[in-house]
Amino acid sequence: MSLSYLLRRLGSVLLVLFGVSLVTFAIIPLLPGSPARVTLGVQATPEAVATLERQMGLDRPLPVQYVSWVGGILTRGDFGTSLISRQPIAGEVTRRVPATLTLALAALLVGLAIALPAGIFAALKPGSPRDLGVSVFSQLGVSVPDFWMGILLILLFSETLGWFPSSGYRPLSDGLAPFLQHITLPALTAGIISGAIMTRFVRSALLEVLNQDYVRTAHAKGLPRGKVMRKHVLRNAAISIVTIVGLQMATLLSAVVVVEIIFAWPGLGQLALTATLQRDYPALQAAVLLSAVAFTVINLLTDLSYTFLDPRVSYT
Amino acid sequence: MAATASHAEVPRSRPGLDLLRKALRHGSVLFGGGLILALALVALFGASLAPYDPMAMDFTARFAPPSWAHPFGTDDFGRDVFSRVLYGAAVSFQVAFIAVGISGVVGVALGLTAGYRGGWLDEVIMRAMDVLFAFPAVLLAITVMAILGRGVENAMIAIAIVYAPIFARVTRGAVISVRDREFVTAARALGQSQVRIMLRHVLPNALGPIIVQTSLSLAFAILAEAALSFFGLGTQPPDPSWGRMLSEGRGFLQQAPWMGIFPGLAIMVSVLGFNTLGDGLRDVLDPRFRGRH
Repeated sequence: MSLSYLLRRLGSVLLVLFGVSLVTFAIIPLLPGSPARVTLGVQATPEAVATLERQMGLDRPLPVQYVSWVGGILTRGDFGTSLISRQPIAGEVTRRVPATLTLALAALLVGLAIALPAGIFAALKPGSPRDLGVSVFSQLGVSVPDFWMGILLILLFSETLGWFPSSGYRPLSDGLAPFLQHITLPALTAGIISGAIMTRFVRSALLEVLNQDYVRTAHAKGLPRGKVMRKHVLRNAAISIVTIVGLQMATLLSAVVVVEIIFAWPGLGQLALTATLQRDYPALQAAVLLSAVAFTVINLLTDLSYTFLDPRVSYT
Repeated sequence: MAATASHAEVPRSRPGLDLLRKALRHGSVLFGGGLILALALVALFGASLAPYDPMAMDFTARFAPPSWAHPFGTDDFGRDVFSRVLYGAAVSFQVAFIAVGISGVVGVALGLTAGYRGGWLDEVIMRAMDVLFAFPAVLLAITVMAILGRGVENAMIAIAIVYAPIFARVTRGAVISVRDREFVTAARALGQSQVRIMLRHVLPNALGPIIVQTSLSLAFAILAEAALSFFGLGTQPPDPSWGRMLSEGRGFLQQAPWMGIFPGLAIMVSVLGFNTLGDGLRDVLDPRFRGRH
């Protein structure tokens, strides 16, 4: 990977992040009501609202407010103060980011545990009944609404069998058992759907490699089937699969928003919805900004990983 | 696009008809299209098919399980779930088609301009689209709803804003593959205006991926509308919407699981239909996928 490509890619990411910060900042000026009015309530006098707006710096020109907002985040990690709890938002998001990332990662592991065997199983006999079966599973999985999947899992494993709690979060520091108990259903909800999506990609990545001349040659040389799979097929398909994993991780950051809300999982998605419903706009800004930054960084890392994994790929 | 090239060289060939015939022989197109056609009929005529008024409450029949009288059971207000699911089809399809229509028009216009004109305009448009792409879709929709306020019309706008960048990107890619072809150069040489070239020559030849994207976006739009209504931001009570019904059913999972099962099933079948149709159309229309299985 050339340095100029790396710099160009980083430059474009910085540009996107600048745009993201502008859009996120614009949430408050675009809103129908003033944050000061939300804080003081509908009974507050216009004078009181104006005074609080001055204290919050909302009477300054927008560019000045933007620079102050971004500067606060970059230099002090200051996302402002919640209009509802009156607490600094930074503490709230610091608690929530690990919860969101843990759930996305757990869902990704569940997805991979489904997609890798299912994709390989289908690709080994394309056009066979088992390939059709895997395709049907994948198509159904892609079509299931995640919130419905969550409800069905709660109905079965929580309400009926009583195996797992239907909501809540316990960090790993509380012990492995309570952590696993609480994360299993949310991770399954997002993971099964993610697995269905990835199954298609794993299958087509493998099929592409299986049709290459060097695989045919390996078979012609009389190499055992397992060895051909391990040494030639899986190794070469790994590049595409890693790319899919990276893209899925980014997609899961969006998917877990819904899952967090269903399972009362204290992540950024739940914060965003609660903030929207309670009109706690600085909290919404923080949740949206952090999610978008994580989304962009994961996409960048996925992009850059091509060149590390496949020396044939070079960007100039 | 091979079919289009033959169109330019052999005027009598009918590539559009050939593709249509091919599409109608494709299993996924037939299955997905059939499913969507059936659901569209339900959406159009659901009101006359529904055995009960979807808003009519009957407190003597609360939480009635599925039976001949109430095939999908009743909810906590004694309303017939089957009738509400039929009515919900109209809401879901209306939101999905309008939202995707808006995002399609805006996204295609932006992608067409960016792809055909290139240069700084392309850079500006596509970087703006990249910014919108950087937001997780659900969060972007929630944010737009926070700004616009709750309600089904605002849900349409939110969904349209989320999906317009996808249309822009798909259209731009398709336009770039067409803009330097001989028939476009010939149109330029004939002195046709840029708008005319874009609309008459470039766009029709870039339609394949856009049609595919439309079908896939309709699936996502149905999911997005249901999700927003599920969160309480989209369709407002007492209007029946599949997402709203699921949200209401969530509180009575033990008592009346049918309240959540049937609306969810309706969403899944609709999404399955659009996804399968989109996959089939991609096999037939998108040159990158033609012949791949």
